[in-house]
Amino acid sequence: MKGSYIEIENNSGPYRIDDIPVLPYSDFYNQTITFMRERDSIHCVAYFGIKYQNRIRIICLLADDTNGKIYGYSFIYNDNETLDSVTKVLPQMHLFEREVHENFGVRYSGHPWLKPVRYSYDRLNTDQVIENYPFYRIEGEELHEVGVGPVHAGVIEPGHFRFICHGEKVFHLEIQLGYQHRGVENLMVQSVKPLQKCILAESVAGDTVIGHTIAHAQLIESLAGIKAGSRLQIERCIALELERIAVHIGDTAALCGDVAYQLGQAVCEALRTSVINTTQLWCGNRFGKGLIRPGGSNYPLNAETAKKISEMISDTGRRFEDITERIFSLTSLMARFEDIGTVTALQAKKAGATGMAARSSGVARDIRVTHPFQYYQKVNVNTIIQQKGDVLSRALQRKEEVKESIRIINQLLVVWQENPENISKPRYDVPLKPDSFSVSLSEGWRGEICHAAFTSGDGKIMSYKIKDPSFHNWLMLALAVRNQEISDFPLCNKSFNLSYCGHDL
Amino acid sequence: MRLLGFLFLIVSALLIPGFILRIKSIAAGRKGPGIWQPYRDIAILFAKGQVFSNTTGLIFQIAPAINLSCIIAAAMLLPFGRYGSLISFDGDFVYFLYILALGRFFSIISALDTGSSFEGMGASREALFSMLAEPAFFILFAALAIVTGHTSFSGIFSEYTISGDHNILIMTLIGVFVLFQSSLVETCRVPVDDPKTHLELTMIHEVMILDNSGFDKALIHIATYLKQAMYGLLIYNLITPFKLNLVFQIIIFVLVQALYAITAGLIESFRARNKMNRNPKFILTISAVAWIAFVIILILKK
Repeated sequence: MKGSYIEIENNSGPYRIDDIPVLPYSDFYNQTITFMRERDSIHCVAYFGIKYQNRIRIICLLADDTNGKIYGYSFIYNDNETLDSVTKVLPQMHLFEREVHENFGVRYSGHPWLKPVRYSYDRLNTDQVIENYPFYRIEGEELHEVGVGPVHAGVIEPGHFRFICHGEKVFHLEIQLGYQHRGVENLMVQSVKPLQKCILAESVAGDTVIGHTIAHAQLIESLAGIKAGSRLQIERCIALELERIAVHIGDTAALCGDVAYQLGQAVCEALRTSVINTTQLWCGNRFGKGLIRPGGSNYPLNAETAKKISEMISDTGRRFEDITERIFSLTSLMARFEDIGTVTALQAKKAGATGMAARSSGVARDIRVTHPFQYYQKVNVNTIIQQKGDVLSRALQRKEEVKESIRIINQLLVVWQENPENISKPRYDVPLKPDSFSVSLSEGWRGEICHAAFTSGDGKIMSYKIKDPSFHNWLMLALAVRNQEISDFPLCNKSFNLSYCGHDL
Repeated sequence: MRLLGFLFLIVSALLIPGFILRIKSIAAGRKGPGIWQPYRDIAILFAKGQVFSNTTGLIFQIAPAINLSCIIAAAMLLPFGRYGSLISFDGDFVYFLYILALGRFFSIISALDTGSSFEGMGASREALFSMLAEPAFFILFAALAIVTGHTSFSGIFSEYTISGDHNILIMTLIGVFVLFQSSLVETCRVPVDDPKTHLELTMIHEVMILDNSGFDKALIHIATYLKQAMYGLLIYNLITPFKLNLVFQIIIFVLVQALYAITAGLIESFRARNKMNRNPKFILTISAVAWIAFVIILILKK
């Protein structure tokens, strides 16, 4: 494929900002479409704007699953220009264009719906506020609207769901988020101390602490031009897999709870606790806060903890196998999971789904395999996929991923013992290379996490971009509940378990 | 003595919900709340003030009280073994069903009164499911009325006794099944509804009372507990030979109520609830089974 772009690798660099080619928009448009139309294996990991030399520069990063490369290219937006929307051809770009439109006032023509992503008002036209917000409507005497949220019955985050129903059947679901917007990306730039940035990364999404901090730490390391030692890399991978196991087991519990299967819920909740308690034993925090830091670690794994981890995962693995065998052989429960909330592989591809949501619909996207980071280059990771894309597939996906994660941790613990080097303390004061950028991808339990940062002439971070997998995957939920019963919505929602604050940033 | 039966009913209504909770927590391996927890909750609710939404009117405020009084009125019709009921007249089982329906009617319109889309959905589900559950009860008691030649609860149960006759045994088994399954529908338990869920979109009964608070909410809970105990009492009446003396009757009554609670608790622990659109099928099956009892009786009488 010919084109002008910079070819970079995950977690490498730093690269010079000037090396990102600037294309005229028509070339940018054609190149984006050619890339993603010709090959399924290419998907967009980030599309965002930066203010560079007093101009708005829009950067597009595409990940190629076949060769582990990331392609970067950009265009410069001149005020009041109206651009042809890529979304018309590639629906997966819809949210990216909306975000850029919202943040930089870039005008697109032909975008199906340029509504706000995170703000309760349109920043270009402040008359448009959430009170008179034009939710999607279908007129009909027999139809009724059900609005859920932003305040929910459970102890969860805020988000508004607007259903258009015919009796119990859902015709359309519109999801309006943004209530949790905290301006994390700006805070990343404003915060002076590197430690503050780490803590911010930990708070992007409360259940993906390790995933986001690994992405952040490896981004800082590649901008500084340092590389983590093997032992440190192994420990990070172990932490990430522990997080994956804990969340998958916890979500299995929640799925059982939603269909009132008490046994499955009680057992899985107990199992999840034993996993997160092991993380607590390791670093003092059940979610792994404080564990991952750039350049080193405050909590190097010791032989005793490693033994505990190994015992815990074999025990938990066995028990989880037992209970899932029961869960997936219970007819009353299978009747609830099967053929509910189906998202086809084609829909998943068009929505740009990532991570376990994509894999359970038969789209094999796994950054650990395609763009390996940390120690995943050297361990054998099997990509688990399911074909059907219903709630059952996503439940089975979790079960199989737990099994695979346990296998990965066992491999990692063996090589960990073979690498007895010392792990240094975290290095917060490393100078970052000026006028550079780097991109870092990691595979959190939910899917692909992308952090990208740009440094200014004095080596300070001037722009920071975060993309949580939820950003793409919320659309999957909206697609999943179409033509389903409204009473199955909580089940579909839980089967994805997407992050509100990861989307809202 | 008639009052005694009614008192037993009230006492068992006090104990069953806590008992079910205990069974569920034991089955889940949890410590769980004590057997009196539901009553602590109700005591707290009684002590609380009430909040009424601006969209609600008079109906919303009176409905919980009407619902509870309807259920108490229905409870007074139920006999305790050979001791008759407080009130009894020919055809009172029809009255029983419709006085319960009157209470339900008020809870449904009170849910609609709030104007919330959730409560509207809950009300429509409740109306549909209770309508489907009605024939089962009628068919069963019509069959019993043919067997015994009486049309009041007191008459039916003073005449109906388990004996060696295998037709009567089958009839009794079917009766217990129908009453138990109907009680799951009427008192909103798994697999039809889930009393524990916090998900408004999946609830049936619970979603209708989202707007109720304080005193009214306590009344609604008490009404549900009473209803549960009434079904236990009906099952007890069906299977007890009325010639037993009082001590044995009480022992059997306690056993039946305990078994009822244990079964309900175990069902809730070890199975998932139905998909909403499976519920009509589930409920109609109860009527179909009741119909078998009716046919058996028709054959017997020939």
